[in-house]
Amino acid sequence: MSRALTFLAAAVLALPLFSAAHAGEVAKPAIKIENPGTQCVAPADEMRRNHMEMLKHQRDRTLRLGERGAKVTLNGCIECHASKTNGAVTGGKDNFCEACHAYAAVKLDCFDCHQPKAGYKAAAATKPSGEHE
Amino acid sequence: MNAPDNKRRALLAAAGAGAVAIAPGIHLIQASLADEAGTKLASSKVRWGMLIDTTKCTSDCKECVSACNAENGIVEEVADPRQRSQWIRKIDLVEKRTGRQHSLPMMCQHCANPPCVDVCPTGASFKRADGIVLVDRHICIGCRYCMMACPYKARSFVHEPLTTQNPEMPRGIGCVEACTFCVQRIDRGQKPACQEACPQGAIVFGDLNDDNSDIAKRLKEVASTQVRAELKLDTGVRYQGI
Repeated sequence: MSRALTFLAAAVLALPLFSAAHAGEVAKPAIKIENPGTQCVAPADEMRRNHMEMLKHQRDRTLRLGERGAKVTLNGCIECHASKTNGAVTGGKDNFCEACHAYAAVKLDCFDCHQPKAGYKAAAATKPSGEHE
Repeated sequence: MNAPDNKRRALLAAAGAGAVAIAPGIHLIQASLADEAGTKLASSKVRWGMLIDTTKCTSDCKECVSACNAENGIVEEVADPRQRSQWIRKIDLVEKRTGRQHSLPMMCQHCANPPCVDVCPTGASFKRADGIVLVDRHICIGCRYCMMACPYKARSFVHEPLTTQNPEMPRGIGCVEACTFCVQRIDRGQKPACQEACPQGAIVFGDLNDDNSDIAKRLKEVASTQVRAELKLDTGVRYQGI
C-alpha cells in the first residue's frame, strides 16, 4: 500500500515536469472553415469558450417552451460547418466538431441522437415499424 | 389505485403559477414566459387534440404509420421485431358477439394528466404548455418507468445505436420515445404527418380550446370516446365509432 502511495506521489510530482517538457509539441487541431467569409452567430473566441453553454441553454428553450428559429441552433451549426467531404460535422479528425473534441479529449455525445449530416433526409424503411402482425 | 386528485393539483398549480419572489427583482417562477426576441412559444391557451373517425379507418391501410415513420426518421432495421419503435400502430378490433370489425390507429394520447410524467424520476417526461407530452432525451435515463405507467402502450425504447435520424427529430439509443404530434410541424404551423397522410380523412387535428376549430365543432356534434376514460387522464386523442 505504502509503496503504491509513494509511486503515486512520484507520478503526481513528475506530472508538471512531464507536461512542461511536452508543451507546444501536440499539434493544435486543424479547424477547417467550410464556408469562409460567412459570419458565425458570435465571434470565434466566444464560440470556442461558450458554444456548449449556448447550445445547452437553447435546447431546453426549444424543447420545453417550443421556441423555434432562435439565434443558436444545433442544426444551424451543422448546416454551416458540415464537411464538404462527408457532409457531416463528425466522422473524422478533420470534421469540425470532432477536430477540437478529439484534441481536448471531450466526449461528443450530441450526435448519439442528433443527425450530424447537413440536409439529411431519412430514406423510407424496407420493413416499416408500427405494423400490426 | 386511487384516481389522481385533480382538484388538489389545480390548487397547487395555481399557487405555483403566481410569481414567487426570492429577492427583490428575482423571481423563482416568472409570471409569463414571453421570449425577449418576440419568438412565438408554445401557449397554454392552446390544447392540441385529435379526433379519429374509426368508421372511416380501414384495416389494410397503414398510410398514417408510413407517414409517421418517414417524418420522424423511424427507418432503422431492427433485428428483433419486438424492439422496433412504434410511435403509431394500427389495431384491429373485433366485437366478439356481433363480429363487427373495425380498425384504428393507436398512439400517445397526449393526456392532460399523463401518468408517464407522474412516474418519471428525472423530469424527462413532461407536458408542454400546449398539452403535447414529450420526452426530454437530454435527461432521459432510459429507466422505462413511463412505458410501464402508460395505459396505451404508446412508448418505445431505442435499444440500438441510430444513424438515420431526421435533423428535426433527434432520436437515440437508451431513450424512451413516443408520438410527439409532430411537434416540429406544429411549431411551423403545419398539422401532424398522419393527419395529412390519411386517405380517408379520418383524422381531424386542431385546438380543443378554440371553439371555432374543426375539431371542437366536430366534438360538439358527434359522440366521441376517450380510450380508458375511467382513468380520468383527459386524453387529447379522441375516437369516434368505437
